[in-house]
Amino acid sequence: MAYAHSDRPVRGTSAVATMPMAVKILIAGGFGAGKTTMVASVSEIEPLRTEELITAESVGVDDLSGVEGKNTTTVALDFGRITLTDNLILYLFGTPGQDRFWFVWDELATGALGAVVLADTRRLDDSFPSVDYFEKRGIPFVVAVNCFDGAKQYDPADIRIALDLDDDVLVLLCDARDRASTKEILISFVEDLIRKAQR
Amino acid sequence: MSWSEHDADDESAGPLVRPYAMTHGRTRASADFDLITLVVAARSPHPDEFWEPEHLSILELAQRPVSVAELAARMNVPAGVVRVLLDDLRAQGALIVRAASLETSTPNLTILKAVADGLRAL
Repeated sequence: MAYAHSDRPVRGTSAVATMPMAVKILIAGGFGAGKTTMVASVSEIEPLRTEELITAESVGVDDLSGVEGKNTTTVALDFGRITLTDNLILYLFGTPGQDRFWFVWDELATGALGAVVLADTRRLDDSFPSVDYFEKRGIPFVVAVNCFDGAKQYDPADIRIALDLDDDVLVLLCDARDRASTKEILISFVEDLIRKAQR
Repeated sequence: MSWSEHDADDESAGPLVRPYAMTHGRTRASADFDLITLVVAARSPHPDEFWEPEHLSILELAQRPVSVAELAARMNVPAGVVRVLLDDLRAQGALIVRAASLETSTPNLTILKAVADGLRAL
């Protein structure tokens, strides 16, 4: 790779030309639905955790005393990486808790290809807020029903009715622990995007 | 809880330095650093330049293209702090930035097909 030698200056334009492109897909769903498990199943690195420090608008740039005070909080985001080609990297981001931090969702969703909403059939209601979020913003998503061990197999048609999904939203069954299964979900999602873009 | 209750190497104790001390209190960077914005070191630091240790960590970690999110995770500092530090490095020409494409409504068909092909080939 061109960047192997740190002491060799890299000219702006040529480096930009060889710089890979990054895209992201969000993995959403309720607490315990298997978001981080799904990220881990297909990521080439151990899922990493990054923290966003949320600073209230009122905190001035010089006001160090307030930076870790009550005006701020941190949101942890788990993510993984899949190098698809030399020029294309896919990042998978697990979304933070559905009860708050919607503005972090907004930041994550900006520029995302879309989302996989993981549904746990034992707590189907938990996936409502995610579905609602993506529907309202017109962000493409698929629903992946995580079939845990011992969980009764569900008919995707029933899930569609239970979640009141539009006809054009894919509902798929998956095992979030399984690399091949996660890969299948991601491929189906992107193929669905391509179909819809070609309409 | 006081700092003295923790060993300095106790990771659970959290950062011993207030995060924005590394940025001299600056909390804002230019808006174009998304979490998946990729950066790569453009050059080695000059001996006559003054950089914080965190700037140098970034240059080390960015020998190959790396995302803002990965830098933050590997350096164990909030992404917002990384953005400010990246801004400094870019201003001095030490860093090249590839901003993520931020279109949501019209995904580029070529990119989508490349993603699908790449996933199938995994």
